[in-house]
Amino acid sequence: MERPLTQHISANHPWLNLKDYTAVGGYQAVHRALKSFTPQEITKTVQDSELRGRGGAGFNTGMKWSFVPMDDATQTKYLIANADEMEPGTFKDRLLLEGNPHQLIEGMIVSAYAIQANTSYIFLRWAYKKAARIIKEAINEAYAAGYLGKNILGSGFNLEMHLHTGVGRYICGEETALLNALEGKRATPRTKPPFPQVSGLFGKPTIVNNVETLCNIPHIINNGAAWFKALGLGADAGTKLYGVSGQVNEPGLWELPMGTTVRELLEEHAGGMKPGFQFRGALPGGASTDFLVTEHLDVKMDYQSVAAVGSRLGTGTMIILDDHTCPVGFIHNLEHFFAQESCGWCTPCREGLPWTEKILLSLENGQGRLEDLELLETHTKHLGPGSTFCALAPGAMEPLQSGLKYFREDFEKHIHEKKCPWDEERNGSHLH
Amino acid sequence: MLSAKEIKKLDHEIALVPIRKSACIEALKIVQQQRGWVSDESLRDIAEYMEMSAEELDSVATFYNLIFRKPVGRNIILLCDSISCYVMGYKKIYQHLQNRLHIKFGETTADARFTLLPNACLGCCDHAPALMINNDLYRDLTNDSLDEILEEYK
Ligand SMILES: Cc1cc2nc3c(=O)[nH]c(=O)nc-3n(C[C@H](O)[C@H](O)[C@H](O)COP(=O)(O)O)c2cc1C
Ligand code: SF4
Ligand code: FES
Repeated sequence: MERPLTQHISANHPWLNLKDYTAVGGYQAVHRALKSFTPQEITKTVQDSELRGRGGAGFNTGMKWSFVPMDDATQTKYLIANADEMEPGTFKDRLLLEGNPHQLIEGMIVSAYAIQANTSYIFLRWAYKKAARIIKEAINEAYAAGYLGKNILGSGFNLEMHLHTGVGRYICGEETALLNALEGKRATPRTKPPFPQVSGLFGKPTIVNNVETLCNIPHIINNGAAWFKALGLGADAGTKLYGVSGQVNEPGLWELPMGTTVRELLEEHAGGMKPGFQFRGALPGGASTDFLVTEHLDVKMDYQSVAAVGSRLGTGTMIILDDHTCPVGFIHNLEHFFAQESCGWCTPCREGLPWTEKILLSLENGQGRLEDLELLETHTKHLGPGSTFCALAPGAMEPLQSGLKYFREDFEKHIHEKKCPWDEERNGSHLH
Repeated sequence: MLSAKEIKKLDHEIALVPIRKSACIEALKIVQQQRGWVSDESLRDIAEYMEMSAEELDSVATFYNLIFRKPVGRNIILLCDSISCYVMGYKKIYQHLQNRLHIKFGETTADARFTLLPNACLGCCDHAPALMINNDLYRDLTNDSLDEILEEYK
């Protein structure tokens, strides 16, 4: 089984420096791309590989690049790696950043060449201190070796690369909010259109891609589109970093073929539920995805299959809900996060999320009424797709709407019993 | 007054961006690194240097979670209160911190040794519960490991 992204990363070894990386074939894709591909050919190859964005939305990467206007060679353009990773339950980009920074840098050089961008940024979340140190060193190494800077490998192509660390806010990961953060403004999202591909950072054409997306690029250039497509088990191409967290025997992160089932992740890789814990559900790809439940264990974790059962692959890092955790409390925790991280720009999100959080808290405290469930349902509509400025609020509604569907009885129990059925366990048991 | 050292760092950041104001978040970070937090006076000084109004700069400063507009202790504890840490029992860790330090989220110990803040997912959910103290990450926390960790910070 091929693991292109992580084959050289090992928990017991420090990060791959330039020497280690070139020893295992690193920077071959830069040589290849700059010598034998036109920018358009790179974009075409990536488009044909059917690589879809790993940041959550799953848009075809090559297609996204193809919207960048290429007619004016003097036009300033930017490429940005989105390393803001703040989706609760998500810990995949950290591994790539800390383990093999040159893989990302190489992916960025090839991608910048494809859109003819001469300036690039890595937008890193502040909490990743170790990654910041490693990336800084790796960028310096790449400059010294002539992979960054002026006239790279004598090709005439120039690329500057900067590391930017944020100061903490989930919304900075939304690509247009990220642009405002980079410009030194409040990180509120921008209206689309114009899309960043046409008018992005400082009004110039800009591509924002997730770290995992960019790390795939060197491998696609080295091995070809057909190879990449064949890595997937189902409809979607490539491998995927999958994670599992919660009350399982071996929580962790694994690179596996795209389309690995929920069951295989849970039972084989995560070692199954801990003794005494039962599986009740999972958010398949971070906090802003709809629950999957027992009937979905055999679903393939790819974009199409997860969407077919009403959820999203999202970031591919699952959070498990077990039988010793109250689903209402679980969802309250999520909505607390979303309410706190709302940027406040549009009314449904700014007002609706705190209201949702308060209703859930009153249910948890045994003060809920049956009408509250209708009120929550109404929120899932009012904050859903199309009613808000960005995808934060619709994302926040995904675990709530599916939670109301799959765990309705638990919600109702809180109302009838006027308390949280898990209260005693929380206060007394050895488990929590 | 901005120090000569701060101004040198600021000028370096300003040179990297096409519009002076765009370096204002970096400016806040630089000053906070030196002084621990950003007072009203610091804010006015930075704004003047960045050629923007203090109000505009404050709107940026207060947007972000990790620019401190109030004094903080010598060490900052950021306890993850997001979903995987919730499932794995961050509340017990919070309770233990309260018992040990006699402060709640948002408070600073009387001796200014610690400030305790909640923080969104720290990106190590497979090792929940987790927290950071200053620049250091601690994972798979238990009450016992926490006691040892706290001893490291004076
Ligand atoms: C509230 C919000 C937060 C986001 N956070 C991230 C993030 O931390 N990292 C990321 O890569 N994408 C994040 N995204 C998705 C980005 O907007 C964007 O789609 C992505 O970076 C594009 O890269 P990709 O096409 O390679 O996936 C977020 C989106 C929203 C709405
Ligand atoms: S949906 Fe929420 S986060 Fe997105 S723009 Fe509106 S207020 Fe901001
Ligand atoms: S939820 Fe605590 S580290 Fe991710």
